[in-house]
Amino acid sequence: MADIPHDASATVPPAELEEMELYHAHSWWTKYVFSQDAKVIAVQYAVTALVIGFVALVLSWLIRLQLGFPGLVEFIDADRYYQIITMHGMIMVVYLLTALFLGGFGNYLIPLMVGARDMVFPYANMLSFWLYFVAVMLLVISFFVPGGPTGAGWTLYPPQAILSNTPGQQWGIMLMLVSLIVFIIGFTMGGLNYTVTVLQARARGMTLMRLPLTIWGIFVATVMALLAFPALFVAAVMMLFDKYLGTSFFMPTLIEMGEQLSYGGGSPILFQHLFWFFGHPEVYIVALPAFGIVSDLISTHARRNIFGYRMMVWAIVGIGVLSFVVWAHHMYVSGMNPYFGFFFATTTLIIAVPTAIKVYNWVLTLWQGDIHFNPPMLFALGFIVTFVNGGLSGLFLGNVVVDVPLSDTMFVVAHFHMVMGVAPILVIFGAIYHWYPKVTGRMLGDAMAKFHFWVTFLGAYLIFFPMHYLGLMGLPRRYFETEGIMIMPESGHSLNAFISIMAFIVGFAQLVFVFNLIWSLRHGRPSGPNPWRATTLEWQTPTTPPPHGNWGDHLPNVYRWAYDYSVPGAKEDFIPQNEPGSVTKGDPA
Amino acid sequence: MSDPAVTPSREPTARLPGWRGIAADWSSDQRSFKTASWGKVMMWVFLLSDTFIFGCFLLSYMTARMSTTVTWPNASEVFSLEIAGHHMPLLLIAIMTFVLITSSGTMAMAVNYGYRRDRKKTAILMLLTAAFGAMFVGMQAFEWSKLISEGVRPWENPFGAQQFGAIFFMITGFHGTHVTIGVIFLLIVARKVWRGDFDTGRPGFFTARKGRYEIVEITGLYWHFVDLVWVFIFAFFYLW
Ligand code: HEM
Ligand SMILES: [Cu+2]
Repeated sequence: MADIPHDASATVPPAELEEMELYHAHSWWTKYVFSQDAKVIAVQYAVTALVIGFVALVLSWLIRLQLGFPGLVEFIDADRYYQIITMHGMIMVVYLLTALFLGGFGNYLIPLMVGARDMVFPYANMLSFWLYFVAVMLLVISFFVPGGPTGAGWTLYPPQAILSNTPGQQWGIMLMLVSLIVFIIGFTMGGLNYTVTVLQARARGMTLMRLPLTIWGIFVATVMALLAFPALFVAAVMMLFDKYLGTSFFMPTLIEMGEQLSYGGGSPILFQHLFWFFGHPEVYIVALPAFGIVSDLISTHARRNIFGYRMMVWAIVGIGVLSFVVWAHHMYVSGMNPYFGFFFATTTLIIAVPTAIKVYNWVLTLWQGDIHFNPPMLFALGFIVTFVNGGLSGLFLGNVVVDVPLSDTMFVVAHFHMVMGVAPILVIFGAIYHWYPKVTGRMLGDAMAKFHFWVTFLGAYLIFFPMHYLGLMGLPRRYFETEGIMIMPESGHSLNAFISIMAFIVGFAQLVFVFNLIWSLRHGRPSGPNPWRATTLEWQTPTTPPPHGNWGDHLPNVYRWAYDYSVPGAKEDFIPQNEPGSVTKGDPA
Repeated sequence: MSDPAVTPSREPTARLPGWRGIAADWSSDQRSFKTASWGKVMMWVFLLSDTFIFGCFLLSYMTARMSTTVTWPNASEVFSLEIAGHHMPLLLIAIMTFVLITSSGTMAMAVNYGYRRDRKKTAILMLLTAAFGAMFVGMQAFEWSKLISEGVRPWENPFGAQQFGAIFFMITGFHGTHVTIGVIFLLIVARKVWRGDFDTGRPGFFTARKGRYEIVEITGLYWHFVDLVWVFIFAFFYLW
């Protein structure tokens, strides 16, 4: 048993697993469409997520158009405004970030980084993607049905989510709930794959404590998702029943338009508990893969071993566990027993400890590193700064007395966009710049990438920083119109217009990224197998892009951890994980 | 659903007893559960996730029951049968529970014979398990129609709080769906066992992989889980 994770070994333990039976595609359809190869599925997931994410981006323009220049576009009336923010929020959180991190990066990186030939259940993996695709299609369809998509807010709080005056009553709400249910079923199929592949299909010599942190982040996030999505699933089912069978799980006795509805005795707070039991872990489902990926980007591009690997792993696990006991910090204003508020505020603030550990370790990894300011590194640095920023305002909101006046203001919008909007998106960009060469064999254009980074990074601050200020002034969130609100001085309106213009600029800058992705496919500089001189297994494949089955004839053996950069005395400044160590001290077996 | 993990090409390094063994397994390479195959681990993780689903349903039920101001119907009154002039509270549920638990027994025997590669006995016991399962679902259907004929609906019921009907149909329906899926699963696997697929290594229809007898045990895990969930539903819904 190697005690210190970076002790290299000269041998690997004998093989326990037989070769995996691979599915070999026979036709174009089974190769590229109904593919069972995790790498193809990963690209399918990623492209679908990016496309629907782009829709959500366009929706955010519409929001900003209305907030910055009220009444300029007739099309956006109050109802449509609510539909737009609802779809924007839901798509961004679930269909873009969750799907891209777990379905996209998870599928691509897990088998490669742990040294497996594929996911353990390729068929279920394929189903997972196609169910996700159906879920996305249901959302898209909801834009075109009579009444349009639901305008209930991404939190879908009852009773208003299903009352007859909320937009999207005819079809929108049903499509949204069914889409979520389909998404969850599809995710479960994928999630079981990711979990079991990490636990049971690693290469010889790949101990858990030699896994790259990317895999740790994705793995813990997947387990969390498997335990958190059930709550959303149950909530969605019960809300469908409330709406279409007339049950009253969430519906209290109500009077609408002077008439008493047939509902009675249900508890809207129950929904909130279920929703946030999913919703808070969801934040970390998005954040943990980002944490993991950033650790690897920083270590690779600063040519330094990650500082405190073990601590990093346990921090990921600790955050994962803790995030299941903080959910009600979203409900301070919902009417809870004050002792609950106390409990949840305490647990919330405790999460800051492992999170801070991670930040310190990133900084210490960078310390005196040989920092290459290439696009992945820039985005990783951007992430750290942004995440710290969002995390600090989170400390404010975690306290009941501070949160009560701030809740439902633009301050909250600013906070969660920093911490779970901008920060993970920056990591996604960084990760795409980092792994695109492996997927396609070509580098992305560097100048375009740097332009993309600076506009996105600075722009994001210009968009979301002023929102803190608007929030402190008391500007409520989810308001269609702020024109007549007394608390808004004239300068507030100008600020709003400024934010909107920035949002358009940042949005358009993403086209550069999209162009880069497409252009570099054919015109990018050939990258070679290991352009970043990185240690992890995915860079050591026999061909680039990796072949079906990933490794050719021989599975890789792993002799060391993933962070042997700049090892004194080594002939290069990195030693791949599959290079045997010379020392035999502390060898396993 | 095949995978190579069940016949290790080496004995896992002499396993240490207790916690030290667990720690050794988890800090080793390749596999964290040294004796479990991929399929089995997958089923365990899935059941963990499913536990959270049923947990959320049951907690929602408790919340609804405790927060409603209307009286909750008395379960032993509602779920009673009138047989030959005798009033028998919970009779049907008792029989249903008995049937389901018996099916767990037959399932366990099927698993045992599966590992002895006794095709015939395995298949018969699985079919028997499926028959018990179908019987359970049948009795549930009877119970549903009885309640419906008495006027219980998801949105109202004559005995008290309206959430009673809603939750009853939702939870038993969700559990019944699980049983039904289990029955279908059992039939498919029993057919494969009977045909000798796992002896000849015939590839699966969808996955194109070779199946192994272990699938019997994996099906069994699911089946026992569904039984266990029923015990909780029984306790919380019918006995409380
Ligand atoms: C492209 C840059 C983005 C801009 C300009 C933007 C802007 C906005 C605005 C103006 C709102 C409405 C605030 C209000 O309620 O009045 C909003 C809501 C929201 N956004 Fe974004 N956003 C962006 C990206 C993202 C990302 C990446 C996420 C992913 C986490 C996200 C998640 C949300 C959520 C969850 C809501 C709340 C929706 C609701 O209230 O139901 N946004 N966004
Ligand atoms: Cu939270």
